[in-house]
Amino acid sequence: MNPRKYFKVYTKFLHTSLASELEYKTNILIDLITAILSLIGSIFLLSIFFQNNGSIGGWEFEQALIIQGIYTILNGITNTWFNPNLTEIVKHIREGTLDFVLLKPIDSQFFISLKKINPSGFLEIMLGIGLLLFCIRINQINLNLSFLTLFLITIICSICILYSLWFFISTTTIWFVKTWNAIEVLRSFLYIGRFPLNSFSFTLRIFFSVFIPIAFITTIPSEVFLGLSQLWEIFLEVFVATVFLMTSRKFWLFALKFYSSASS
Amino acid sequence: MISNSINRKIITLLKVQYSNMLEYRVEIGLWAISGIIPFFMLNIWTNNNLNESINISDVMLSRYFLCAFFVRQFSVVWVVFSFEEDSLMGKVSPYLIQPLNPFIRYFAQHIAEQITRFPFALIIAFFFFIFNPESIWIPNLGILLLSIISTFLSFIIQFLIQSIVACLCFWTEKASSIERLLFIPTLFLSGLLAPVASFPEYVKSWIYLTPFPYLIDFPANLLSGNQTSVFGGFSMQILWIFLLFPVFRKIWSAGTKKYTAMGS
Repeated sequence: MNPRKYFKVYTKFLHTSLASELEYKTNILIDLITAILSLIGSIFLLSIFFQNNGSIGGWEFEQALIIQGIYTILNGITNTWFNPNLTEIVKHIREGTLDFVLLKPIDSQFFISLKKINPSGFLEIMLGIGLLLFCIRINQINLNLSFLTLFLITIICSICILYSLWFFISTTTIWFVKTWNAIEVLRSFLYIGRFPLNSFSFTLRIFFSVFIPIAFITTIPSEVFLGLSQLWEIFLEVFVATVFLMTSRKFWLFALKFYSSASS
Repeated sequence: MISNSINRKIITLLKVQYSNMLEYRVEIGLWAISGIIPFFMLNIWTNNNLNESINISDVMLSRYFLCAFFVRQFSVVWVVFSFEEDSLMGKVSPYLIQPLNPFIRYFAQHIAEQITRFPFALIIAFFFFIFNPESIWIPNLGILLLSIISTFLSFIIQFLIQSIVACLCFWTEKASSIERLLFIPTLFLSGLLAPVASFPEYVKSWIYLTPFPYLIDFPANLLSGNQTSVFGGFSMQILWIFLLFPVFRKIWSAGTKKYTAMGS
């Protein structure tokens, strides 16, 4: 493991994939409009929920907007890094080109997780950050250093959990070859991350914090943002994120034992 | 004589596509699962008693969302993704020489997929009724027939819209990003996430002029026995089909004239 080598390789990845993606300039514009419309749509949906109610699951409209902001940032990260790379795994395995990845003198998980980048997701991340800044104003949140560090820690943990979930499903491609639709299932589950966990019934809440920890991904960072979270929640999130990352690593190494090249 | 040969063509197409789709039954099963977002929405609605303000009882609302799930299952269209792949891979050229419009082939593919999907949708509905036994009901035969027709019409509207977008592949390489853009208003305005009856007045005043409420809201209301205008709904669906079909014919003939195979 040589961090400088990996850093150098990563800058090369960035360079090549940005160059190839920027060939489709209109596409990026359309993706921007899509991201904006999608945010407007979810705020519209929220406003329907709140039109006759002051609060949902203990969250007011202004507070629920924070969840939307965080969801938008995480969705942007998914679209920038996870989606383009991990759908590529399916291609590698179907066409047998995973051999070339495994032969390279570099960690295979690093290579397939970070090779590509889709710049249109950046716009979504910026939209989300913009919404969060707006939320700071309307919720009158005092910015200070401890708040920012805690928020960053929880967001990074959310990103790790999200990455592990995506990577976990993509890894199963080694056995099932086609996993497009398993990814669709994950996407539709992630969709509930747009809403506060407390707005769901008890059974669903348990399901979404134990089996698929979507609850951790958006709700805890939002609570930190509002200064409502307990310390144990943050520790729990750090713990869950570590477990997920380690499991995803172990699972990848385990799955590689079953990889046999195409047509063998 | 002529009708006989057309019948044979239809049956052969459907048979081929159906056996093709049966190979991917796990895929299609997973895809059916990814459509359960309406149930999460239902959970938010009933868990927070949001439906009291729009005068729809819990039972009627759960029937509505179940029907929305069904309508969505049988009106999912993905023609633009197939066509984009085929046209990038150069598979469109051989299709164009055949005395059959390629879109008829895609249409048969969709129908075959719906037949494959049917048992999965039934299983999911079965589980839904286990969790919500009070919402079991049996629609009468006439209503059932009408809602099947309106679901089919909704499918045709979406198929036409997507085929028009797919024809843009003749001019641009990534038409699917336009489809993703169009999907956003479909998602939020069609009634998949919230019944159109709950929308605020400033949206309701114009939304019934767009095709969106007739894609899911109208057939779902019809099937679940919620209030809706049967005559108005059907006439708007047919009107949209009559408006979209000539557009598709035009763009198809313009596109095929523009089309040049790779390497020409």
